[in-house]
Amino acid sequence: MTKVIRLKKGLNIPLSGKPEKNWINSETAKEVAICPDDFIGIVPKPLLKEGERVKAGEPIFYHKDKPEILVVSPVSGTLKAIKRGLKRKIEAFILETDFDVEYSDKFSSINVNLLSSDDVKNFLLQSGLWVYLRQRPYNIVAMPDSTPKAIFISAFDTAPLAPDLEIILKDDEDYIQQAIYLLKRLVNVPIYVGVKEGVSSIFERIKGVEIRYFSGPHPAGNVGIQIHHIDPINKGEIVWTIRPEDLVVMGKYVIHKKYDLSRTIAITGSQLKQTGYVKTIQGAQVSSFISSENIIGNNNRFISGNVLTGKKIELNGYLGFFDRMISVIPEGNQYEFLGWAMPGFNKFSVSRTFFSWLMPKKEYIINTNYHGGERAFVITGQYEQVVPMDILPQHLVKAAITKNIDMMEKLGIYEVVEEDLALCEFVCTSKIEVQKIIREALDYIRAEMS
Amino acid sequence: MNKLRAFLDKIKPNFEKGGRFYFLHSTFDALETFLFVPNKVTSHGAHIRDAIDLKRTMSIVIIALIPSLLFGMFNVGYQYYKAIGESATFFEMFWFGFLKVLPIVVVSYVSGLTVEFIFAQVRHHEVNEGFLVSGMLIPLVMPVNIPLWMVSVATIFAVLLGKEVFGGTGMNIFNPALLARAFVFFAYPKQISGDMPWTYGLNEGIKTIDGFSGATPLANAAAQAIDKIPDNLTLFIGLIPGSIGETSKIAILLGALILLYTGVGNWRIMLSTILGGLFMGFILNLFAANMFMQISPFTQILMGGFLFGAVFMATDPVTASQTNTGKYIYGFLIGLLAILIRVLNPAYPEGMMLAILFMNALAPLIDHYVVEANIKRRMKRWNKSTINK
Repeated sequence: MTKVIRLKKGLNIPLSGKPEKNWINSETAKEVAICPDDFIGIVPKPLLKEGERVKAGEPIFYHKDKPEILVVSPVSGTLKAIKRGLKRKIEAFILETDFDVEYSDKFSSINVNLLSSDDVKNFLLQSGLWVYLRQRPYNIVAMPDSTPKAIFISAFDTAPLAPDLEIILKDDEDYIQQAIYLLKRLVNVPIYVGVKEGVSSIFERIKGVEIRYFSGPHPAGNVGIQIHHIDPINKGEIVWTIRPEDLVVMGKYVIHKKYDLSRTIAITGSQLKQTGYVKTIQGAQVSSFISSENIIGNNNRFISGNVLTGKKIELNGYLGFFDRMISVIPEGNQYEFLGWAMPGFNKFSVSRTFFSWLMPKKEYIINTNYHGGERAFVITGQYEQVVPMDILPQHLVKAAITKNIDMMEKLGIYEVVEEDLALCEFVCTSKIEVQKIIREALDYIRAEMS
Repeated sequence: MNKLRAFLDKIKPNFEKGGRFYFLHSTFDALETFLFVPNKVTSHGAHIRDAIDLKRTMSIVIIALIPSLLFGMFNVGYQYYKAIGESATFFEMFWFGFLKVLPIVVVSYVSGLTVEFIFAQVRHHEVNEGFLVSGMLIPLVMPVNIPLWMVSVATIFAVLLGKEVFGGTGMNIFNPALLARAFVFFAYPKQISGDMPWTYGLNEGIKTIDGFSGATPLANAAAQAIDKIPDNLTLFIGLIPGSIGETSKIAILLGALILLYTGVGNWRIMLSTILGGLFMGFILNLFAANMFMQISPFTQILMGGFLFGAVFMATDPVTASQTNTGKYIYGFLIGLLAILIRVLNPAYPEGMMLAILFMNALAPLIDHYVVEANIKRRMKRWNKSTINK
């Protein structure tokens, strides 16, 4: 008998623009960008100068504090620009791609079964595959000298408009299996996979993993929520997480001996005429797979990732390194006369304060407007409704605002990252920036602890 | 609308930093955001947000208060014509009450909002919506004969010392509306207790018919005049003397329905408060040392401001317990204490007000223990994991 972890709390936002099950044509991306910010905890030091050539799989930059951590190029081409922001912080490495991908031939052969743990570690570090391992607390790139108590993988995504991972991973069973073997060699700890109840998952055929079934609304698919219910993180403990797509990259490297970042992602959102799945490459320019004819109107927000946790980009921006979807929704930069007083038949709210409760089945087009000004905490009990963990979110957020490390530890800060509390930010009547507060608190604790 | 928007956009620079009327920027901002939901868009974090905001939440509470307000107006007229022994039509009674109650509402809003705007201005804050509800609650818990200057003084006291000194809406410890009532209760007891305040003109010596007393059911009960307490149905309908908004349980329950259905009011607090009241009523029945203690628990919660307090006052999210478990405890103790105070201390027939204010003070303590329990669960797991290593 399989035990299912049933989560009741949470919220599926009925957003319009779910990805349809069809394939949309895409072009080869002329430009690809790697944004160091996607690799939390890494301070980038470039290994290339502007104008230099790079092959797919050759390093672009390394981590200042741990030079063995490398981020490698997904394509072959020329480093067109290193985009810098405030204080000369590196925002992106922009690569101009070749027509035919030329792969690095540095690491030609490996036999997974003969490798020791250290060999695997060196292999992952040198090949640039290491950065796919994430470490909690803090959700940073895993540190090579850390030892996790377990590795967690979420095999489904419950975020608004999220793609169906079974479509994305359809032909990748062998690759995933290879990657799991590799990880088993690296650290001998349980590898837990969270699978959605009632879905026949590709992971059910994979050896070496322990499956746990989950049911319930978003954020049941967040790996952080699953960790909390499988084997929660206590103070001083470390767990690693990795996304299924990134297992595929590892597996492809082992089998085909090349760093192949081509993958399937979803293009979604109410402002697309045609939603669906596209084949592209991680980091690709968005305009290579969303044509301007496919976009409704010209006042839109492009988001790399989902609408709750994604990054704001432009149509000529780039797909984030750890994002499996692009969401396109309308901007809300217009005034609305007495908006707060209107009946609101087309406004979605968790509360029934707008008359949209008359149509429970409706899907909504939601824009980026705040729908009100920021206030102090007034309403209570809202956050608790959307956090399926034994955690008091409002108290945790307050401890985070006051940077009270002791209290944050006691209230479970190590068990959450910002995406796990993203729904709190959505439902908040006082429009409090919960994710920013949690991320700043995590960075603060990490700085204090090191 | 576009013309109005264009006009606002035109004059807006004057109110921004460096503008001529910068000292009025909060006032302008309050008016602007009242007329137009701002065009501010998300930039980081969640790109979409729930359509609800504090303005919407507060307006729902005000809508929920309207049945009580309208019935209160009608009842003022009804009690007046009953006292002088004249007959009047429904509309005459309502109109009479309307003219008596409206000034109280206006004074409450003007006094409170003035303080709010001044403070927002000085602190460079946006004006908070919290007072929109307090401003309506204050008239509803006052007797009709209250002098207007007293309403004003009480409101200013409540907003200033009850809210602004703590940092404004969201930071206060005590329910501002109840604080206003408590202020009147202790500073001007004659105006809010006894038999005189509840029927219009009684304090000015209008001619009443023989046998008219104007005593509220609670006053009768405290005087052990149990036979003078109306039956449950009359208490439920609410054509009885009392504070303006508290008498009709039908109107209050209508408001409760709106609050609960929209999700604005907290059902945990409402339910546990009523259960607490019934429980204490039942305990008192067991002792039954005097007539008041023998009253059935149901009659107890239909008398006085118990239900009004349970639905509109105890549920104020800022001053109540913030944890879900805490809310049950908080509500239950309010109900329990309210009945206990009103029955055992004849000097304070309205126990609800004091019970809620007392529990407002204790709410952080309740939360503290709920939070501690959560911490202990985590510590236990934590310790166990270290032992396993």
